[in-house]
Amino acid sequence: MTQQEALYKFALRLGDNALIRSYRLSEWCSNAPILEEDLALTNFALDMIGRAQSLLGYAGEIEGKGRTADDLAYKRNEQLFVNVLMAELPNNDFAYTIARELFLSVYEYYYFTDLAKCDDPTLAAIATKTLKEVKYHMAHSTDWTLRLGDGTEESHARMQDAVNKLWSYAGEFFEADVVDVMLTNALNTPDTPRLLKNWEDHTAAVLKEATLRTPSVPFIQHGGRNGVHTEYMGHILSEMQFLSHAYPDASW
Amino acid sequence: MELQEHTSVAADMLRHFEEKIERGDAIEPKDRMPDGYRKHLIRQISQHAHSEVIGMQPEGNWVTRAPSLRAKQILLAKIQDEGGHGLYLYSAAETLGISRAEMIEQLHAGKAKYSNIFNYPALNWADIGAIGWLVDGAAIVNQVSLQRTSYGPYSRAMVRICKEESFHQRQGYEIMAKMMKGSAEQRDMAQDAMNRWWWPALMMFGPHDSDSPHTGDAFKWKIKRQSNDELRAKFIDKTVQQAEVIGLTIPDKDLKWNEARGHYDHGAINWDEFYRVINGNGPCNQQRMDHHKRVHAEGAWVREAAEAYRIKKEKKLHLS
Repeated sequence: MTQQEALYKFALRLGDNALIRSYRLSEWCSNAPILEEDLALTNFALDMIGRAQSLLGYAGEIEGKGRTADDLAYKRNEQLFVNVLMAELPNNDFAYTIARELFLSVYEYYYFTDLAKCDDPTLAAIATKTLKEVKYHMAHSTDWTLRLGDGTEESHARMQDAVNKLWSYAGEFFEADVVDVMLTNALNTPDTPRLLKNWEDHTAAVLKEATLRTPSVPFIQHGGRNGVHTEYMGHILSEMQFLSHAYPDASW
Repeated sequence: MELQEHTSVAADMLRHFEEKIERGDAIEPKDRMPDGYRKHLIRQISQHAHSEVIGMQPEGNWVTRAPSLRAKQILLAKIQDEGGHGLYLYSAAETLGISRAEMIEQLHAGKAKYSNIFNYPALNWADIGAIGWLVDGAAIVNQVSLQRTSYGPYSRAMVRICKEESFHQRQGYEIMAKMMKGSAEQRDMAQDAMNRWWWPALMMFGPHDSDSPHTGDAFKWKIKRQSNDELRAKFIDKTVQQAEVIGLTIPDKDLKWNEARGHYDHGAINWDEFYRVINGNGPCNQQRMDHHKRVHAEGAWVREAAEAYRIKKEKKLHLS
């Protein structure tokens, strides 16, 4: 694998994380428990579309075959998408969405803090911009984890259930394969396995304050980063890519 | 004696209010105002707020299928604006002594309405163009006029809303223009959307002036500044030309420029359809209300949790 190929896959993974998560967040449009949350969650979706545009655009540039961010978003098959599984899991209820957002945003807080210091100027610039947004996302999901965890009996039970069910997907964030190792060595990109401790400590502290238990289940779910997805992914793509499949030559 | 005093105070209040209206001063939340004025505004502003919120549904229906990243971004941002308008308007109505929870209750009970236009379905991507261009285009004509409405908070909300609505109209028109420049299938979709949204958009201005039951007081109190028919004419005049530029046909064979009036004449509006939809029998009335009620009910535990948490925190603060 050349460094160029590694960098392509690296940018693609980050871009897909943002793209697929923005899809899930945008599903809250006109579906949130209060109007303010409808606006907040779709605002995060907007942040992530912007991030996906930058990262997929960069991936296309590195690849050098003239593919745009839209080509990569709308004209790729499922096994070529390389987002983490957590990003594609359904919203279920509000607690589930908040738990997913908490796990991802805490991870991204540490991840983009480090990526902002890497030796690739484009990635560093995207990371710096992203970090500002991630701080909001993390504050939002932390606040809601506290409210739901320490709210009513029902909200506590729902939040605990969501935390338990999502926990096993978080290990995938910290995997490092040949792509990651090569770029950590060459460009000083984040050494993801080393972020695990920060993530666990940070998340456990939030859960504790929210009167929630930190699960002890192992991190068994993974595969998205290598194109092996959940059954949910195909449905996301069939909906998201519907127009570009039905009218392949049209521009909108 | 007491009764006489009371009557004379009330008469003074009314005179004072009417003088303010006459001078063109804004009425503010703490000013005294006749009950009828307050009721009229609550009805109108809450209907307007509900319309913004219910309008998120047909547009939200296309968010996950938007055909490009840019299109999705613009659509989401637009829907967010609509939700934001809903928030300002609920707040403006709250200054008149009603809570958002009460307004939502009235909506669910069928006592408060929302714009009839959202009882029509968004069936293809061009519908997102048509909603922005025609529906928001019609709404702007009405809202520009409402910037001069007599109630201060409502008028200020309108000023802000109008700025954003004109962006919405442009994004809708851009979608239509792009599709009209595209393949035959895209042009068909655009014309299909035009055919389905044109007449409902004209109905948004309400019945002809001769048949509009609320016109009297609303004019006297300067809540409403221009009549339904005047506003409708403005909308038609500006839209016909925009349609021609991109090659869309307006689905009205009687549409014709009337030199003497300085406006287009249009064909007869199907008021039977208008009243049928208003009375709950449009294509999506049931769907929109069911959706709003379901989401509201499903979110109850979240709102309760937030409230319970707030109370716990306050107690802790109090104890410490």
